[in-house]
Amino acid sequence: MTKQNRLSIWFFIGSLLTVYGIVIFGMSVYNLFYPDTGSHVILSNLHAGIWWGALLLVIGLVYVFLFRPGRVKH
Amino acid sequence: MIGEITLCFSSLFGSGSSIVSLNWVDSLVIAIYFVFVLGIGYYLMRFTKTGEDFFLAGRQMTAWIAGLSFVAANLGSLELMGWAASAYQYGILAAHWYWIGAIPAMVFLGLIMMPFYYISKTHSVPGYLKLRFGESASMLSAVSFGLMTVFMSGINMYAMAIVMKVVLGWDINFSIWVSSLTVMIYVVLGGLLSAIFNEVLQFMLIWLGALLIPIIGMIESGGWSGMVAKIHHNYPLGNYTHLWSTLGSFKDNPMGIHWTGIVFGLGFIISFGYWTTDFLVVQRVLAAKDLRSAKMAPIIGAGFKMMVPLIVILPGLLGLAVIPGLVGETQAVATGAHSYNEILPLMLARYCTPGLLGLGITALIAGFMSGMAGNVSAFATVWTYDIYRPILKKLKRADVDDAHYVKIGRWTTILGVIISIGTAYLVQQFASIMDYVQALFSFFIAPLFGTVILGMLWKRATSKGGFWGLFAGIVSSVGMWLWVKVDPAALRIIALSPYAKDMAQDMYRALWSWIICVSVTVIVSLMTTPKPDSQLFGLVRGCTELPSEGDLALIKRPVFWAVIILIVFAALNIIFW
Repeated sequence: MTKQNRLSIWFFIGSLLTVYGIVIFGMSVYNLFYPDTGSHVILSNLHAGIWWGALLLVIGLVYVFLFRPGRVKH
Repeated sequence: MIGEITLCFSSLFGSGSSIVSLNWVDSLVIAIYFVFVLGIGYYLMRFTKTGEDFFLAGRQMTAWIAGLSFVAANLGSLELMGWAASAYQYGILAAHWYWIGAIPAMVFLGLIMMPFYYISKTHSVPGYLKLRFGESASMLSAVSFGLMTVFMSGINMYAMAIVMKVVLGWDINFSIWVSSLTVMIYVVLGGLLSAIFNEVLQFMLIWLGALLIPIIGMIESGGWSGMVAKIHHNYPLGNYTHLWSTLGSFKDNPMGIHWTGIVFGLGFIISFGYWTTDFLVVQRVLAAKDLRSAKMAPIIGAGFKMMVPLIVILPGLLGLAVIPGLVGETQAVATGAHSYNEILPLMLARYCTPGLLGLGITALIAGFMSGMAGNVSAFATVWTYDIYRPILKKLKRADVDDAHYVKIGRWTTILGVIISIGTAYLVQQFASIMDYVQALFSFFIAPLFGTVILGMLWKRATSKGGFWGLFAGIVSSVGMWLWVKVDPAALRIIALSPYAKDMAQDMYRALWSWIICVSVTVIVSLMTTPKPDSQLFGLVRGCTELPSEGDLALIKRPVFWAVIILIVFAALNIIFW
C-alpha cells in the first residue's frame, strides 16, 4: 500500500465530526422538547448543543466531501 | 440498545462523588472517540513497513499536519487543566508560558535550527549530537532523554487518573490501563504515522471540546470588560489582568517573579531548550515532507500555540469572575470546598449540556493521549536508534537490516508503556517521586539547548567541548537544586532576591546551568582540536549552503509568516501589558 492510496487525515476528522454532530445535535433537539428539569447548566436557554452540534455536522460534512477517498490524496 | 451499551460503559467507568456526572450520550461520545483512534491505528498499520515509516512517518507530512502535531504533542490534558488552574491562581501571568515562553523559540526553531536538523537527515536530537559531537554527547543525551520521557509519561498518566477520579469518579486502575493500552495499540500498529494522525485529530477535538467555555463564559460575563469588572469586584486587591505591569518587583505579583526571570529564564533558556531540543516535539517536525514544510511547521504551530490561552487561560480568568472563592488543594482537602485545580471541569459542568459535556471530557482524554503517544513514540525512536543500535553495532561489528529495527521499535513502544504504567503505580505508593522526576527532567533541558545551539552556530565547537559542556551544565543544575533542598535560604542567591518563590528558582537555575554549559563548551573547545569544515557540512551554519527560497512567492516563504507571527505576538503583549 502506498501513500497515494492512503486516506487523508482530514477525511478521518471529517467523519468523526460528522458523527459527533449528529449525536450532539440530535440529543440537543431531543432536550429541547423533553428538557431535563434537574439540569444546573447556566445559560441553557442559548441551546448551545443545537448550534454547536450543527456546526460540527457542517464542518464534518465539508471535510468528508473535500477529502473523500479518490478525490484528494493526503 | 445503544443506550444500554453506553450505560454499561458509564457504570464500568465507576461512579461516586464527582464534579461531573455523565449522561449515556456523553459516554457514547467518549466511546466513539476510542473506536476512531484504534481504527486509525489499525488502518495505518499497512503503511508502516520501513524504519523511516515507523520512526519518521515516512517523512511525508505536510507543513500543516506536522505543525498541528508539533503543538498537539505538547497540549496534554494536564497542561490544559494545570494552566487553567494557574490562570485562576495567578491571573493572566500564566499566559507568559504560551506567548513569550513559546513563540520566539518556535519561530527560531523553524527559521534557524530546522534546516540543520532536516538537512543532516538525523532521526532524532541525540542523532544530531552524534553527527556533530560524537558518541559520548549523544549517548548522554539519549539515555537521559529516554528514561526521563517514560518516567514523565507515567507521572502524567497517574496525575491524569487522579483527575479523572476527582472529576468523573472513574476508577484509577481503569483510567490508567484503558488509556495507556489504547495509546500502545495505535502506536505499535502505525508508529509515528499513527501518532501524528491521532494527534491532529486530538488537536481538533481539544479545540472543539473546550472552545464553548470561553464563548458562553464571555456571554455570561458581559464580554472582556464585564469579566474584568467582575474580577475587580470579587478580588479588589488583586491584579489579575495585566501581563507585564506587575513584574517590576518580585513582591508585586503572586508568582514572586521578576521580569528578568520571565524574559531570560523562561523566554530564552527554558522555552528555547524545550521547543528546540526536546525530541518529543522536534520529532514531529522531522517527519515533514521537505525543508520548506519543516521550516513552516513550527511557525504554523506557533500560530496555534498563541491562540491556546483562549481555551486555557481565559476559562481560568472567567472562573475568577463567575466562580469566585475557589481555594488551593490543601485547603480544599481540609474543608471539602472546590479547588482551583478543578476550574476547567467546573466550567464544563457549568455550561455544557449532555453530549457537549462528553465532547469536553473527550477533549481532556484526547489531550492526555496525544501527550502520551508523543512520549512513547519519541522514546521508541531514541532507544532504538541512539542507544540500542550503537551498542548492537559494537557487539556485532556490523549493522543489521531495517526490519529488525522496526521490530525493536514496536517492542520498545510496548516496553515504554509498561515502564510508564509501572511508574504510575510507583508514584501512587511514593508521591514524592513525582517531584524528583520532574526536577530531573528540568536538569537536562537548558544545558542541552546550550550544546545544540553552539553545535549549530559555532563551527569551532569540538566533540570534547560538547560533551563536557553538557555534562557540566547538567551537574551544575543538579547541584543548585540540591543546594536549595538542603538550604532553602540558597534560593535568594540563585534567584537573586529574598522575595523569590519556587517558580523563580526554575527560571534562574535554567539560566545559570545554560551559562555554565556554554562557558565550559567554549573553554574546552578552544583548548581542543576542531573538526575540519568538510566534516561539518549539513550540521553547522557557515559550513552549509542552505537552499535559497528566492524563487518562492513571498506568501510561501517561512520568513514572511514568521514575521506575521512575531507582529501578532508583540501586539498581544502590548494589548495585555
